[in-house]
Amino acid sequence: MATGSSGLPRWIFAPAAVGALFIVLPLGAMASRVDWGAFPTLITSDSSQAALGLSLRTSAASTVLCILLGVPMALVLARTTFRGQSIVRSLVLLPLVLPPVVGGIALLYTFGRRGLLGETLDVLGLQIAFSTTAVVIAQTFVALPFMVVSLEGALRATGQRYDVVAATLGARPTTVLRRVTLPMVLPGLAAGTVLSFARALGEFGATLTFAGSLEGVTRTLPLEIYLQRETDPDAAVALSLVLVAVAILVIGLVRGSRSATP
Amino acid sequence: MRHLLLGLALLVPLSACSDGALDDRAGDSPQVTITVYAAASLKDTFTEIGRQFEAEHDGVTVAFSFAGSSDLLAQIQQGAPADVFASADADTMDTAHAAGVLDGAAQDFASNTLEIATPPDNPADVATLRDLADRRVRTVVCAPQVPCGAAAVGVQKAARIAIPAVSEEQSVTDVLGKVISGEADAGLVYVTDVKAAGDRVAGIEIPESAGVVNTYPIAPVRRSAHAEDAQVFADFVVGRQGRAVLAAAGFGPP
Repeated sequence: MATGSSGLPRWIFAPAAVGALFIVLPLGAMASRVDWGAFPTLITSDSSQAALGLSLRTSAASTVLCILLGVPMALVLARTTFRGQSIVRSLVLLPLVLPPVVGGIALLYTFGRRGLLGETLDVLGLQIAFSTTAVVIAQTFVALPFMVVSLEGALRATGQRYDVVAATLGARPTTVLRRVTLPMVLPGLAAGTVLSFARALGEFGATLTFAGSLEGVTRTLPLEIYLQRETDPDAAVALSLVLVAVAILVIGLVRGSRSATP
Repeated sequence: MRHLLLGLALLVPLSACSDGALDDRAGDSPQVTITVYAAASLKDTFTEIGRQFEAEHDGVTVAFSFAGSSDLLAQIQQGAPADVFASADADTMDTAHAAGVLDGAAQDFASNTLEIATPPDNPADVATLRDLADRRVRTVVCAPQVPCGAAAVGVQKAARIAIPAVSEEQSVTDVLGKVISGEADAGLVYVTDVKAAGDRVAGIEIPESAGVVNTYPIAPVRRSAHAEDAQVFADFVVGRQGRAVLAAAGFGPP
């Protein structure tokens, strides 16, 4: 932590500290409002447990989807050039800046019952609206850009020299990808995975708009917190703290693994 | 509005020079803005009532903040600059009263009951409340924690049925949205919501809802800097003109 500041001007620490306070203070204020005596009962109620379990399951599922879809997207964007690439890159980033409710509406008109793909899916016997699948779709939609951005950045930073060497030594493209390219960007992949998971965990607006809210099926932890706030603000604060703790844990995990393998 | 204020600002010193009596009049009715915190379901009606109120009360402007009743109460408790509070249910108003943020007693000014909303083509052929007990009908209701959800629970009890809802939403507008978009076959919303949605949904009256009436109370807020005007506005809502606007939107008498 306190390793050489490499000649930064001293005054820079003041605004940096203010910035850190700006993030930490509200979380501390929230923690100070927790009724610690009632904390265990507040967070272990059936609906809280159902919401936390659902959140962890759906976030895990959407993270897997982010890896399956995001890694190829990052590779294509970082390693090839094609017409309209910059447009494609902007579009991929769009969910980052869209208000979540807009994402939800867009998904509704795609996968909804009367949406673009809805009837086709209906014929295939797939009903997405009001299902856990809808939650995973909403989470993947908002989390995918985090994977693409993290990994594409890492791919560009490492460059292509080793890939080229491996190819000239006779390795086939798939081997190069598996043995050289991906191992080199493992930290970037890990960062993307964690960011995707964390974003999925916090997803709220798109889920509410697209998936609805039913205990154990579509009511994730953020939705449960929003609902509890109506009648039991103490429970809402306690659950918020659980969400913060899980998020810190997840982010800490990747930090730890990254500093272990620099 | 800006021009009006500017005009008044110019007028006051002018009249001060010319006529003492005019000066007094100007001093008696300075421009006052009262802020009304009202339940989201009152948006259209209160906007209209506010317009009529302003037309009849020179020098008073009405500003609104519309949101869920419990959100509004939380804001008022945190010191938000509200002069009047109108809630969508008696419970929230009771909480406000107990918290000591109200000035005087609350008056009931309207009521609302639930109705079934379906997409215009009614794909699941819903005709009565009993049809919603069928699992094949995808029904959306409000969560029991919010007023429209509490009413939905009451209606199910009165009819002795259990609706296997596919989603319990946060607000009545969320429920209506799912019906309008066709995702849900049916939703339980207020009579006024069905009316406001026009031909985007079809409404089916439910006799069972007669015993589950949601009452809307209004009261001035204690910390208000314009207590008198706040009370005058509350009385205006409860009065003949307010009632007429609310009745036209489908609200029942209190």
